[in-house]
Amino acid sequence: MNRREFCKKSLLIAGGLVVPLSALELFNPERLLAEKNDKSKTRWVFLVDTHKCVGCGFCVKACKTENEVPYDANVTRTWVERYVITNDGKAHIDSPKGARDGFQSAKLDQNHAGMEEIKEEDIAKAFFVPKLCNQCENPPCVQVCPVGATYKTNNGVVLVDRKWCIGCGYCIMGCPYSVRFFHPVYHVAEKCNFCYHRISQGMKTACVDACPFGARQIGNLKDPKDPVTKVIMNERVNVLKDEYGTKPQVFYIGLPREVK
Amino acid sequence: MVHGEFWTIKEFFVYPNEYIYWSIQIVMYPFMTGLVAGAFVLSSLYHVFGVEKLKDIARFSLVFSFALLPTAMMPLLLHLQQPLRGIEVMMTPHFTSAIAAFGIVFSTYGMIVAAEIWFVYRKFFVEAALALREKQNKTTLETLKSKLYPILTLGAWDISEHALEADERAVKRLAAIGIPVACFLHGYAGFIFGSVKANALWMTPLMPVIFICSAVVSGIALCILTYVITMELRKILYARKRKNDPALPTNDELKSVEIHVVTMTCKYLVMFLILAISLEILDLVFRTYTAVKSWDILRAVIYEKDFVKIFIMQYGLGNLVPFILLLSPGLTIRRAILATILVLLGVFMMRWNIVIGGQAFSASFSGFMEYVLPIIPHDMETFKEGLFGALMVIITPFVLFFGLSNIMPVFVNKSDTH
Repeated sequence: MNRREFCKKSLLIAGGLVVPLSALELFNPERLLAEKNDKSKTRWVFLVDTHKCVGCGFCVKACKTENEVPYDANVTRTWVERYVITNDGKAHIDSPKGARDGFQSAKLDQNHAGMEEIKEEDIAKAFFVPKLCNQCENPPCVQVCPVGATYKTNNGVVLVDRKWCIGCGYCIMGCPYSVRFFHPVYHVAEKCNFCYHRISQGMKTACVDACPFGARQIGNLKDPKDPVTKVIMNERVNVLKDEYGTKPQVFYIGLPREVK
Repeated sequence: MVHGEFWTIKEFFVYPNEYIYWSIQIVMYPFMTGLVAGAFVLSSLYHVFGVEKLKDIARFSLVFSFALLPTAMMPLLLHLQQPLRGIEVMMTPHFTSAIAAFGIVFSTYGMIVAAEIWFVYRKFFVEAALALREKQNKTTLETLKSKLYPILTLGAWDISEHALEADERAVKRLAAIGIPVACFLHGYAGFIFGSVKANALWMTPLMPVIFICSAVVSGIALCILTYVITMELRKILYARKRKNDPALPTNDELKSVEIHVVTMTCKYLVMFLILAISLEILDLVFRTYTAVKSWDILRAVIYEKDFVKIFIMQYGLGNLVPFILLLSPGLTIRRAILATILVLLGVFMMRWNIVIGGQAFSASFSGFMEYVLPIIPHDMETFKEGLFGALMVIITPFVLFFGLSNIMPVFVNKSDTH
C-alpha cells in the first residue's frame, strides 16, 4: 500500500465511522423517550405582589445564607429596588447592597454620585420591587452558553453546572435582567434557581419563607388549583421587559410603568 | 472581592450584579483577530488576484498572520474564570451559542494558513535541508535546523518544475478559500457582540460587517508598519554585523522599503477605511433617527461620557487624520508610518468603544458604569485583565514572528528571485 492509498483508506474509514456514530446523537433513545412522554407536571413560576413589599430585605438575607453567596460580597441572587417618583415624573431608584439590610436611610444611594436627598413634599409616590431570576421560557443565557453548562430543566428552572462552566461571562452579558454574576468563591456563573434544592423536596424557597408580608409566592403553573396559578390566570399581572422575547415567568401584581 | 468590582465605578442606579465583566482582554480579542484576518487578506491580494506590486509584502504578511494567530485565542483564555476548562468549547460545543463555533472556525483557519505557508516554503525547506546535510562543522543552531527542516518537508522532497507548479496552484487555491474563512473568523467575532439582544449598543446586524471592514483596515496598517520597521531594523543590524564580517550584503544589496509597495498597500487601506467609516456612521445615524427606548442612555454615553474616546480618538485621530495624511499627494514613507499608527489607534479605540462602551450603561438604562484599567497588578486577576495582560498579548506575535523568520526567510535580498 503506498502513501496515497493509505491516506485515502484511512479517510474512508474515519468517514465511515462518523455516519453511524452521529446517528446515535440524532436518535438519542433516552431523549426520544423523554420527549415522547413529557410527564413533567410542574412549571415553577413566581408571583410578586409589589403592594405588599416594604423593603425589609429579609428575603435577600435569607437567600444569601441559604445559597452560600458570601454575605459581604456585593452580588446577590435576589434583591429589592426602591423607587421614588417625584412630582416632575422623574424616577429615583436605589438598592444599597441589594437591600440586604433593608433601606436604612431616607436618602437614595446613587453609588459614585453620592447620596441623593429628596424632599418629602416633592415625592409623588414610592414603592419597592423585589427582583430575582425570571426562569424564562426562552432563556437567552441558555442559548448563549458555549459549552451547555447552563440549561433549563423540564420543570422550567434554569440551572448552572458549576463543574462545567468555563466562566466566559457570555450568559451574564446575555441576561437583560442582570440577575447573573460570577460566584466569588467558585468563579463560575451564578444565579437564582428558585432554591431548586428546596422546591424539589416539597419546600418553599428561602425568600418566600423569609418574607413576613407574603409579597413573594412560588407556585406550579401546570396545577390549576395552585393559588399562584389562579392569580396569574384570573388577575391582572405583568412581567418585566417582555420586549426581549424571553417570556419571563416571574409575575408581578401592581407593576408600575417606572420599573426598569 | 467580586469579579469586576475592582475596576468598575458605578454611577446612579445600576443593578446590584452589574459590573464590567468583559474588560481589556475582550477588547484585545477582536483587535487581534482583526489583525490576523487583515494580514491574511493582504497576502491573498497577491496570491489570488495577482496584484504584482504586493509581491514583497505578501509573503511577509502571510507569515505575520500565522504569528498573530495564537494571539486571537490568548485574550479569550486570559479572560476566562476557568481557563483550564477552555478546551470544553471544543469538546462539548453548544451550537446555539455564537462562541461555540470558535474552536472550529479558528482551527480551520489555522490549518489553511499553515498549509499555505507550507506550500510557499516547501522549496526552501528542501533546499535548506539538502544544503545543511552537506555542510561540515555545523554550529548548534545549524545542527538543530538540519533536524528541523527534513521534518518540515513532511517527506515531500520533489522540487522539480512540475512539482513547484503544483505548489503554486495549491497556494492560490488555499488563499482563495482563506479569504472567506478569514472574513468569517472575524465577522463571527462581530456576531458574538451583535447578537446579544440584552445589550442596546451591541445589537445590530451591521456589527459583523463593521468588524470585517475595520479588521482589514487594521491588518493592512499593521503589515505596512511592521514591514517598514523590520526592513529598516535589518539594515541597522546588518551594518553592525558587517564590521566583523565584510562578506555580508551591503545596504544597497539589502532590499529597502519600496515606496510603491507602501503607496499601493495604502490605497487598499483607504478603500476599506471608507467602507468601515460609512457603515459606522450609518449605524449612528440610524440609531439617532429611530430613537428607540435605549436611545436616551446611549446618547448620554456616546455624546457625553465617551465623547473624547469616540469622536476625538476614534473618528478624529484614528480615521480623519490618517485619511488626510494618506490622500494628500506625494505620500512619503514617514507620513505613511504616522498614518498607519493612527489607524491602528483608531481601530483599537473602536473595539474599546464597543466592548467597554457597551457596558458603560446599566441594563436598567438608569445609571452608568466606568471602566478603570488596572495598571499596577496586585493579584492574578488585575494582571490578566489589566495593562500588563494586554501588553503581553500585543508582544507575543512579534516574538513569534521573530522565531518564525529565523526558520523561514520572510525577506528577500535584491539578488534573490522568488
